[in-house]
Amino acid sequence: MCNQAVGLVAAELERQGISTVTVQLLRYVAERVRPPRALWVPFAHGFPLDAADEPDRQHAVIEAALNLLERPESDAGVLVDFAPEGQAAR
Amino acid sequence: MGDLSEFSFGLRAFLRTYRWRRIDPIPWTPLRRPLSQSRLALVSSAGFVLPGQDPFDESRRGGDPSFRDIPSETEAHVLVDTHRSEAFDHTAMSRDPNLAFPLDRIRELVARGRVGSVNRRHLSFMGSITAPGRLVRDTAPAAARALVDDGVDVALLAPV
Repeated sequence: MCNQAVGLVAAELERQGISTVTVQLLRYVAERVRPPRALWVPFAHGFPLDAADEPDRQHAVIEAALNLLERPESDAGVLVDFAPEGQAAR
Repeated sequence: MGDLSEFSFGLRAFLRTYRWRRIDPIPWTPLRRPLSQSRLALVSSAGFVLPGQDPFDESRRGGDPSFRDIPSETEAHVLVDTHRSEAFDHTAMSRDPNLAFPLDRIRELVARGRVGSVNRRHLSFMGSITAPGRLVRDTAPAAARALVDDGVDVALLAPV
């Protein structure tokens, strides 16, 4: 439900002119709700930015999300997988 | 992890049969200016509140769609986890709220010049909303208007 809630808020922000990127913990939900820009992360609920007290790992997730904002193409509904430890996201 | 397998059989069944609210059409706002010149706000559904703020209403059927303002100067460690879900381990995000509400990380990005500025406030929702009608109709538009009035360019949203 958390995943749906942030996706729905993101949609409203976009409607009102704010660019958004939404972290998603459940690909199943992301594919159904379809936030405007979404980064799926392979972490358990309770761990959206990977790990507590690990600033570098948290920054890695945030940086991947920010990269989505910078994609030049208009790709509404884009859903990208986050790959931990430097692996290329698809 | 990152899929339905982490949940109980009953919760998986609920999630598979639940009628998810499909966003259609998908709205789209391109980045107006480089991130290094953009004002950023966080939006979380982790149910964090500040000490003294009204708690989310756990008794509300379908979930509490309200949100709380979190001033940007808030130290992450003072955030209080009030998320009502028992379906996940709260220990880590209670110890380090940056895990779900990365106040410190965002300030670091501004210090590095990666992001232009942090908005004066961020927004905290309670994510366990099974009936999102009021969220879609009332509180999400109000949240968006607040951030538009603040001059926010970009928002980073995270569930828990």
